[in-house]
Amino acid sequence: MNWASWSDFFAMGGYGFYVWGSFLVSLLCIVGEITLVFNRRRTLLRQLSLIHKATQYEQNNETTS
Amino acid sequence: MAINWFKYSSPASFYSLAGKLTPLFSITAFILFVVGLYISFFVAPTDFQQSEAYRIIFIHVPVAWMSMFLYLIMAGWAAIGLAFNTRLSSMIATAIAPTGAMFTFLALWTGALWGKPMWGAWWVWDARLTSELILLFLYIGFMALQAAIDDPRRADKAGAILALVGVVNIPIIYFSVKWWNTLHQGATVSLTQSPKMATTMLTGMLIMSLACWMYSIALVLMRTRTIILERERHTVWVSELQGAA
Repeated sequence: MNWASWSDFFAMGGYGFYVWGSFLVSLLCIVGEITLVFNRRRTLLRQLSLIHKATQYEQNNETTS
Repeated sequence: MAINWFKYSSPASFYSLAGKLTPLFSITAFILFVVGLYISFFVAPTDFQQSEAYRIIFIHVPVAWMSMFLYLIMAGWAAIGLAFNTRLSSMIATAIAPTGAMFTFLALWTGALWGKPMWGAWWVWDARLTSELILLFLYIGFMALQAAIDDPRRADKAGAILALVGVVNIPIIYFSVKWWNTLHQGATVSLTQSPKMATTMLTGMLIMSLACWMYSIALVLMRTRTIILERERHTVWVSELQGAA
């Protein structure tokens, strides 16, 4: 275990800003990308189900004119 | 027993396969990240020269490797899609681009945050850094070009040509440190020579690289599935999927 205390850990030998700056932005990008893909998928599925319901509705209520 | 190589080459069958594989890769990625980060901060010793700042290597090198590796994979799928007119291959290439662009940005970002304390500069027009920046523009150009063309199939073709032209940039990035020898140090890790890094440091870095790789596969599979649904929304199997849902 390299670190005497938590504050020692966050200080990161004086380079805390650079090390945590790198790791935090990387975490942000990865988590951000995951949420973006999930959002894209959810909105698409919602659209598709709406379209599906609409076509079902039209088929059921087709009035033979 | 003849293997049917084309069993999963249709979007519909690939959709279900990717659905099954995605959790597998995302769980592996999560475990590898946890182990990798633990080694990076709690097992790997302090560096005699850079003290703790060197720990950025545990994210900088994996993302840099991934930025180059993903570009080659993207260009590969784009080439297959272009040559064989298989739309699933082009969908995979389209799905890879954003993840590749993200890793390229992270390589530049973590590199700058490492360069500032060690070189004294956020950015230098060094051969390696400049060619990596060009790689970022290539990724963004690929995405922009594809977004600018309405017909997906034509967008795939145009994107494929751009991706293939950009492949020449990858060896340039890799060998830039040797050819121009400007500021960025040479290759530390090589498959032929004996390791020049302490074992725990090397293992930590390799585990983080594997974690980034598994993460990329899981994410690209997820994005490909979404693209398949977007492009195949008019097909019967998608409406059946909706009916079942």
